[in-house]
Amino acid sequence: MIRIAVVGLGKMGLSHLSMIRVHPDVQLVGVCDTSKYMLDALGKNTGIPTFTDYETLLQKATPEAVIIATPSRFHGDLVRTSIEHGLHVFCEKPFCLNWSESMSLASLADRKGLVNQVGYHYRFVGAFQEVKRLLEAGAIGTVTHVLAEAYGPVVLRPKGMSWRSKKEEGGGCLYDYAAHPVNLVNWFFGLPDSVGGSVMTSIFSKDTDDEVCGTIRYADGPSVQLSVNWSDESYRKMSTKITLWGTAGRIYADRQECQVFLRDTAQVPRGYTKGWNTRYTTDLTEPVWFYVRGEEYSAQLDYFVRGIASGKKANVNSFASAAETDHVLAMILDDAQSSAALAVPVNHRGKSALFGR
Amino acid sequence: MDNLLFGDNQFFGVNHMSEEKARAQSIRFQNIEAVYEVLDSAYDEGIRTFMCTTHDRVEEICNHTRANRDRYRDFLFYPCMPYAHKYANAATEDGILSAITRFMPGGIINAAIRGGTSLATKDIDGIVTLLIDSEMKMFHGLKTPVIFLQNVVTDLLLGLGMKKAFRIFADHIRTRYGAEPGFITMNMPMLLDVLEDVGVENPIVCANINKIGFRMCGGIDAYEQALRDRKFRAIAMSVFASGAIPPKEAISWVCSQPNIHSIVFGASSRSNIHSTKQIVDSLWSQRQVQPASHNAGAV
Repeated sequence: MIRIAVVGLGKMGLSHLSMIRVHPDVQLVGVCDTSKYMLDALGKNTGIPTFTDYETLLQKATPEAVIIATPSRFHGDLVRTSIEHGLHVFCEKPFCLNWSESMSLASLADRKGLVNQVGYHYRFVGAFQEVKRLLEAGAIGTVTHVLAEAYGPVVLRPKGMSWRSKKEEGGGCLYDYAAHPVNLVNWFFGLPDSVGGSVMTSIFSKDTDDEVCGTIRYADGPSVQLSVNWSDESYRKMSTKITLWGTAGRIYADRQECQVFLRDTAQVPRGYTKGWNTRYTTDLTEPVWFYVRGEEYSAQLDYFVRGIASGKKANVNSFASAAETDHVLAMILDDAQSSAALAVPVNHRGKSALFGR
Repeated sequence: MDNLLFGDNQFFGVNHMSEEKARAQSIRFQNIEAVYEVLDSAYDEGIRTFMCTTHDRVEEICNHTRANRDRYRDFLFYPCMPYAHKYANAATEDGILSAITRFMPGGIINAAIRGGTSLATKDIDGIVTLLIDSEMKMFHGLKTPVIFLQNVVTDLLLGLGMKKAFRIFADHIRTRYGAEPGFITMNMPMLLDVLEDVGVENPIVCANINKIGFRMCGGIDAYEQALRDRKFRAIAMSVFASGAIPPKEAISWVCSQPNIHSIVFGASSRSNIHSTKQIVDSLWSQRQVQPASHNAGAV
């Protein structure tokens, strides 16, 4: 049994807690949060040992591994403390708001030989795993262009009180939503060479962005168009999707399905045919021990547990891979801010169009 | 319970196969008249039970049913609460506790009076019953003989080990609404153990039960064993595994399992409803229901 603790009992923390507590190879040794109400409600009704202080948890509960699901700005310090105590770490996304800290934690964890993973759950979605397999097999030839999208109904009014609406805490559409399609692009193509035309727009939020768009460029790879909006009520829940155009075909994937068009020139993978192919979640999803809101959330935790148990080094969602995403997010943020500084204010532009001629 | 229950996923853009299909359904059923038309088709085929979430639009269906009592005399609602995305999206925006208080009945003032005590005493009992009452308001005056806890909440509580909440739910549903509590889950064998533990006897449990084992956590063997050996009333959902199994094969397999009391399905056309009804009617007699569980509190 692997002794695991959970830190941070927000939406993601509770969801992780519910899955890991019933994992057959895990003993849950404690949870930590600053909300006394949440701790009392849990402690009183479940008997899980609760702590308001992480150092105390480390001393008394002696975990071997930890799941960190606090607001993003606390990730860096908590992860460092955990690694220094020799713990294997699963950290929620985005990893760190400062990507150089992400890099340094990645190398620290690797030096200590600890399993390190970040919760980019889309890498555990069957349809996106199929995309990865198809790309590695060269199914659509050379990929020339990618459209990476995420939409959903999070901020629909000029209001919002959680840390997710505060820029300095790692809130906003860029870190909360855009991180996912960017992370998939990193998975498929690695770290890009540059970004351009980045625009981060506030629609309803006072302090942060609700919409992100821009271009991600690979010198020897595809151009990637990013389009993300978390104020889109036409979606029932978050939807992340990716479309890839290649010299020999096209792939579209979302959480439910993977649609592939293969040209006559394509090297057709086994099980596929020329023309249209569709693989559904029912074909692509492996069973999990426990389901709360999607196999991918369970599967990524199981992967973490198995990584610890087997001492396996290969890691699909390592700190180093998440650092790439943090790096790209920082590039987009920089680009958007410098472009915004150069831009002619909208009002002024409007006036000149009307009266300036 | 009737052998066939009508679900509501198709009306609200829930499709586990395809986002495109989900959107097409959302567009089609934007006009509530289109929903009534399909519900009428089901009703006229003899499917009298509507198993629905507490989505805002279900309130319109409730109003329509109340306004046409003669037309829908035998219409039963099986509410499934809460509509989880409403809370999940609110929790992302406002945090968990704010999201809960947002949906408390009577707004903040009432929540402070009744819920304030709950929050102070750290007792989930008060919050759970407040939220149930809030979700049940739309069904006022309608027949709701079975009321379900939706799977995301059931499975979250199950995973967290907040067993007591199931008992609170069951007791409140029985005493306040005179109805049978039901539980929707993706982890049926594990849930059965916990329900037994907290003394919810012979429960109604709705779970994915399909030939390919899709979303049947614990494995298809554990499900088959539970259906054989446990005392509970099973409702099979996702019997077609989002279209992965042909209808006749799917229903034939489900009907061959012991202890299946009902099948819940969704459809958007009269012809689909009709053919599903026909298949179920022709195969239903094959199924085996454990006499012990059947007699103890059939709904």
